Amino acid sequence: MSVRRLIGFNLLTAIVLGIVGYYVGWFIGHHIDAESIEYFADTDQNDISVLLGYALGVVGFLAGLGFLNYPFARMRGYPPSLREKETEGATRYLGLCTDHKVVGMQYLCGIGLFFFIGGLNAMLIRFELLRPSMQAFPAGQYLTLVGLHGTMMMGIMTSGILGPFANYVVPLMIGARRMAFPRIEALTFWLLMAAGAILTTAIFFGGFPTGWTGYQPLNDQANAGMDAYLMFFTLVGISMCLLGVNMIATIVTMRAPGLTWSRLPIFCWGVLATAILMVLAAPVLAAVLSMAMLDRTAQTSFFLPSNGGSPYLYENLFWVFGHPEVYILAIPGFAIVLELLPVFARKPLWGYRMAVSGLLGVSVLSFFVWQHHLFVSGISSDLRPFYMFSTELISLPTGLTFLCGLMTLWRGQIRYTVPMLFCLAWFFNFLIGGLSGVFLSDVPSDTTTHGSFFSMAHFHYTIMGGLVFTFFAAIYYWVPKMTGFELNERLGKIHFWSMFLAFNSTFMPLFAIGFLDQPRRAVTYRSSLQFLNDWASVSAFVLGASMLLFLGNFIYSLVFARIPADPNPWASRSLEWQLPSPVPVHNFDRIPVISGDPYDYGQPARPAAVPAPAGGTT
Amino acid sequence: MTSAAATSDSAAERSLGRTFLVLWLAISAVATPLVAVFVGRLIPPGNGSEQATSQVFDNQVLMAVSTPIFVFVVLFIVFAAFAFSNRTGEVVEGAPLRGNMRIQVLWMVVTTATVLFMAVFGTIELVGDGAGGGQGPTAAFVPSGSKDALDVQVIGQQWEFTYRYPSAGGVETPRLELPANTLVRFHVTSLDAVHSFWAYELGVKADANPGTDNVVYVRTKGPLTIHVRCAELCGLWHGYMFDTGAVVPKAAFATWLQRQRTMYGPVMRYLPKYAPSYVPDPQLRAG
Amino acid sequence: MTTTARKLLGVGLGIAVAGVLIGLYIANYLVGNTPSFRATPVAAKQREVSLTIQTVAAVGPQLAPNHPDWVSYLVRRQNGSWERSTVYTVPANALVHVTIYNFDGASGLRNPFLGQPRGLVGREVVDGKPVTVMPPDQPSHTFAIPQLGVLVPVAPVGDDAKNQCGYAPCSMSMAHRTVTFTFRTGKKGHYRWQCFVPCAAGFEYGFGGAMQTVGYMDGYINVV
Repeated sequence: MSVRRLIGFNLLTAIVLGIVGYYVGWFIGHHIDAESIEYFADTDQNDISVLLGYALGVVGFLAGLGFLNYPFARMRGYPPSLREKETEGATRYLGLCTDHKVVGMQYLCGIGLFFFIGGLNAMLIRFELLRPSMQAFPAGQYLTLVGLHGTMMMGIMTSGILGPFANYVVPLMIGARRMAFPRIEALTFWLLMAAGAILTTAIFFGGFPTGWTGYQPLNDQANAGMDAYLMFFTLVGISMCLLGVNMIATIVTMRAPGLTWSRLPIFCWGVLATAILMVLAAPVLAAVLSMAMLDRTAQTSFFLPSNGGSPYLYENLFWVFGHPEVYILAIPGFAIVLELLPVFARKPLWGYRMAVSGLLGVSVLSFFVWQHHLFVSGISSDLRPFYMFSTELISLPTGLTFLCGLMTLWRGQIRYTVPMLFCLAWFFNFLIGGLSGVFLSDVPSDTTTHGSFFSMAHFHYTIMGGLVFTFFAAIYYWVPKMTGFELNERLGKIHFWSMFLAFNSTFMPLFAIGFLDQPRRAVTYRSSLQFLNDWASVSAFVLGASMLLFLGNFIYSLVFARIPADPNPWASRSLEWQLPSPVPVHNFDRIPVISGDPYDYGQPARPAAVPAPAGGTT
Repeated sequence: MTSAAATSDSAAERSLGRTFLVLWLAISAVATPLVAVFVGRLIPPGNGSEQATSQVFDNQVLMAVSTPIFVFVVLFIVFAAFAFSNRTGEVVEGAPLRGNMRIQVLWMVVTTATVLFMAVFGTIELVGDGAGGGQGPTAAFVPSGSKDALDVQVIGQQWEFTYRYPSAGGVETPRLELPANTLVRFHVTSLDAVHSFWAYELGVKADANPGTDNVVYVRTKGPLTIHVRCAELCGLWHGYMFDTGAVVPKAAFATWLQRQRTMYGPVMRYLPKYAPSYVPDPQLRAG
Repeated sequence: MTTTARKLLGVGLGIAVAGVLIGLYIANYLVGNTPSFRATPVAAKQREVSLTIQTVAAVGPQLAPNHPDWVSYLVRRQNGSWERSTVYTVPANALVHVTIYNFDGASGLRNPFLGQPRGLVGREVVDGKPVTVMPPDQPSHTFAIPQLGVLVPVAPVGDDAKNQCGYAPCSMSMAHRTVTFTFRTGKKGHYRWQCFVPCAAGFEYGFGGAMQTVGYMDGYINVV
């Protein structure tokens, strides 16, 4: 590779400009506020300098990728173009590309990277908890581990399904050539990567002690590592909001002729429901964390009781975002399950309208429940029955999802492929997650379980059991289409069973641990709980190993074995599988006309909307 | 599809459905009481206070309600694995069922009824005595006899709980002791970050917010040891913010309180006057 | 070189790089661990140890290049030099005689209750005089092990004192207060100790930075 090719708007330039931007901001920050006696040495205290550094670093990073070229060109009068899309070859994966399929692949790898960093943190946490007071890590570093694990997973995995899979398959499912806003689509990905990198740098600034919730006033007491958290989540909020806008615009406006609302694949409905939540909830997050940034730098005191602010304000605003957030994580999981079950049970989706109303119902209700996180906080104590009721009400639309999913299995011809196994595991995991949620929504029971390992086990069942399992279902299901290569099925099944068993073996004891008086995020526990903790830790290590097994399968199948996948290995009738693998740059030569719904299994196949290429099995 | 095939099809369907329902009802009928009686009773926090006892009852009921639901879903998956598997390796189409209004309506009715029952049940359990949760400065749900409740203030600070007894001249101690068989009104507050006062055996949890008086009612029972932990991440030593206290007979409590007044007498003159919450003077200390 | 070999090499390199990065990442979490300091046995006495520590207003670039202006505890090695370690190892069921040389001024307590020493064997002695209680605006720091019930407020150097210590290491000729006390360790276990005085300048409630970092105003007592 000649050196000339390295110069230009690409990832290398972006990283260089990002670092340059950071130091420019850092320098300016030290001129605004240089309270440190050791100008160069003190990294932990000058928040203005760190935050400005991050902000300008992100600007430099995006400019280096070439995000400013198009707006500048338009300002100078050049005609609109989508030039970034026209490239071919492997290098387009390493820079700004507006092809939704490239962005999907970028998301998959980028999110995978941070997912593994988050998982590594979890392993270290469980290592520390092997003994009641281990001191493998000093107390502060342990809190940083907990915070980084939670924040990384909550922030990055928010886009875990919408990022890679919705970006990739929604245009294919609705018969479009691209997303509505391709540049915004690429921006959401690179913002997320910048955010993840920033969060990782928290360890250089003393970490942060607050966990993923960042409660005030502890937030304000923290070292400059807290700024990494604030900047990370703000960028994630912006990225989420843009992602949601893009998805809504695409699904509403770019459906192919004949794809009426009642023919829309259920996955697109799930994406739509999630996108609505993202658009409405994420701005609250960006706003509340920007306020916290001002508290830390400009002494605004929104949340500091010492100057008339209120920590309750932070808690309310955070959970106004935070509860929809957990459904932003969960709904795509529902959607994947409902999308995949018909394919592997060879049946139409049972109760399509009911499933749609279930998904939309969850997303609407999720805005009315946030104070169940604050049942014992002493806030509006007489409203607790209302929040108890609204929280339990969410089990109605969730129950519809369960009914439609289960009844889709009824009298089907179920094939136990790897993606199907992950979907079936979802039923079990999310069931336990949901039933334990009933304990947390019930105030008397919540008094004991709140803030304990019980609630921690609960949301791992819903998010890891709900989202991550379906994330893997989606990987095993769609990666053959995305890459054109098969994933090894035997290794996939070993991965599934080791992950499913280790996951349950890890988190089931944590319910007991929580009921038996072990608070979340505490580095010590009663010595009588050591056996259960050790059990959970060892299981967690097995769980980690199963993730490495997946990584091994992924690398083995895509790098070494490289067995070309059938264009439609699952015999799916959904539109994306009627295209050749990998999908051509412009998706469809002619925009298809949709004449039926995507779930007409159980009958002889009708002619596909797009003529299936040679080798298609439908 | 011919009409004869459709008839035999729906007959087969009904018979499968009946088999599943019978299995579900039978297993639930056995499992639910077993879980409620044996597992539910094991669920903490135990019988350290009236609130704790009612939480155990609450957990028992929730376990009982959850059991049939759990059995339904798990049994369905297992049933489907036996009845509807296709292990031929060929793609075979399933039955083209798109919904059944009767099942859908029935499901909605049953789930709605369950949810309403749980919300009403939880509300009844809550409004009687506050269920041991923090209720803020003006408690909405107050147990009877609250006029004579013993006030105990819990002060969270980074990183220790201290306790004040206004009935004993506002004496402050580092240890929590309570009289047996007494209605206690905790006032939980903080001097800095947000903490959460979790008196495990009493079934009490209340966040300690700076400048806020978070009230909890709890009626103690017989003597026992209490484990107190902080349940809200409050900084470096959150994991070490625990201590033990005790519920002791009334006479022993009076003696203990008297001893505390002697022991911590010297510092009493420096303590601020007892108040629902405190705003300490050195807000932002310079070293 | 065959394609497979090249791929293997590539994947191997990738794994090696990832391994190094993971190692560095984990190492980063371990660096905050200050070395454990074993308390000095008192000559000819069973189960008695002594610990000599000092508190300084600013730890200085020599002992903490990253945080030279943080307030900190230091411990005296056998050879007389001062080390920034806050993890102390002491024997179980033993008496620990502690001497604190304080070179820092007053900060005051957020909760006046913490101005009364408790949990000691005998009395807290400041410059030869026993202390019953310290007024809330006085304490410069505290040395507290809440799980052992030990709390000792540390008397301050007056603002008008001559020859104040700027940065550690401070010489004993500089203005300081001497606090001595004895406590009894219980059964074996890991305990933490901390300062309760909001002495971290520039942080909300004076409780950030040095006050929330092991190795400065917080540490462990390992009873073995």
